[in-house]
Amino acid sequence: MNPASPAAVVMGCSAGGLAALRVVLGGLQAQLPAAVVVVCHTGSEDIDTLVGLLARYCALPVEEAGERRRLVGGTVHVAPSGYHLYVEQDRRFSLSVDPKVCFVRPSIDVLFESAAQVFESNLAAVVMTGANDDGALGLRAVRAHGGLAIVQDPAEAMAAVMPATALRVAGADHVCSLAGIAPLINQWCA
Amino acid sequence: MSRPEPDDVELELFIRALQLRHGYDFSQYTRASFKRRVQSFVTAHGFATIGDLTTRVLRDDAFLAPLVAGLSVPVSEMFRNPIVFKALRDEVFPLLASYPHLNIWQAGCAFGEEVYSLAILLQEAGLYERTQIYATDFNDVALARAQEGIFPSRDARAYSENYVAAGGAGSLSDYYHARYEHIKLDERLKRNITFANHNLVADGVFCEPHLILCRNVLIYFTDTLQNHVLGLFRDSLCRGGFLCLGNKETLDFAPAGKDFVAINLRARIFRLAARAG
Ligand SMILES: C[S@@+](CC[C@H](N)C(=O)[O-])C[C@H]1O[C@@H](n2cnc3c(N)ncnc32)[C@H](O)[C@@H]1O
Repeated sequence: MNPASPAAVVMGCSAGGLAALRVVLGGLQAQLPAAVVVVCHTGSEDIDTLVGLLARYCALPVEEAGERRRLVGGTVHVAPSGYHLYVEQDRRFSLSVDPKVCFVRPSIDVLFESAAQVFESNLAAVVMTGANDDGALGLRAVRAHGGLAIVQDPAEAMAAVMPATALRVAGADHVCSLAGIAPLINQWCA
Repeated sequence: MSRPEPDDVELELFIRALQLRHGYDFSQYTRASFKRRVQSFVTAHGFATIGDLTTRVLRDDAFLAPLVAGLSVPVSEMFRNPIVFKALRDEVFPLLASYPHLNIWQAGCAFGEEVYSLAILLQEAGLYERTQIYATDFNDVALARAQEGIFPSRDARAYSENYVAAGGAGSLSDYYHARYEHIKLDERLKRNITFANHNLVADGVFCEPHLILCRNVLIYFTDTLQNHVLGLFRDSLCRGGFLCLGNKETLDFAPAGKDFVAINLRARIFRLAARAG
């Protein structure tokens, strides 16, 4: 069985998110020790297509975040649509159909807040392009637990609302272009 | 690890208080989502801390029902995941048709969205008359609403599309009356449905069903409680009975899961395995 991942990187994006993930996941090193968890609101039910698409650009294995499965270092886990995704204390995923948060399910806030409580300072969180407020409170929780906050520069984001709100509500350790995000994560993991 | 946060300690005490004082045991609910629900409830009802909520519910019995209703998640849809209802209709109903009398148990019925969906499909398959359906939940507020069969009309369109995708033979509007903001399902769909309170944590085997539908309830339970509930389902089901779970749910983390075999994994439909020996 895979050992529980020592650290994790959580990412959230919405409008414009697919193109953004292509750049960021594409830049992650193949030996990344941390587990990566992604919430991307696509509005589509079809998680298999999303996983297949992302896998094409990423050196790491990409899979759906499965109910009660462990977070695995060096694997990208993608939240299924229609469910909130949480990280439990034993570093496994759980799902719920609780009401939408910020009008969305899965919500980035829900993932970030639960992951922050588990991984504390061994967590890096990334908020990217998107047209709603989701992710801001989550990022604040990550910082409150000592995690690292990275926000895409709103000026270059396809949709600026999400990164701009995150910056206003939570602030960040790094504000950078899409191209700069993967190198930061690779370095943080080293 | 650092010492526990005050919120986590308060949550532990809250769970213990509900158990000791009211006999409701939430200790085996998955913690991350349960904690978030408790915190939302605390905020929505103007408490400062989880501890304040604990004090209130210890002293005020009348506060228990709204609290349980607030911690339960009666979020559902008619014909949610239509392929599942299509699979029930095409793959399970033909096998059930050989029985002269049928019991169906829907556990965790929320506001009744799924039980009415099931009733419609049974009606169309010509099985309704011989079927007794038990729809259960531990949330009395939700059960009372389920009994009414009234849903917001803004959802009617999505439900109709689901119904068609589930292989419905007519139009969903054949089964409801539209009234202003609401649709009310045909009273006759209820004639063989019994709504009852059953708590999967605390209550025992139930009704010898040929089919159990329990979707998106086990996701809220730890492995231990999942195992307990799957054992309860196994011990309740008729020989060769069917179990239908939610689309992301899995039997992989409970030993009792070994007593079931998948007949349509995508639709999460399982069948009780023949007993060994
Ligand atoms: C998310 S809803 C699922 C509704 C529907 N089955 C569906 O999938 O659309 C979960 C339901 O399970 C009920 N539930 C939670 N814990 C329960 C328990 N211990 N016993 C019985 N019902 C429970 C909740 O009250 C809620 O109505």
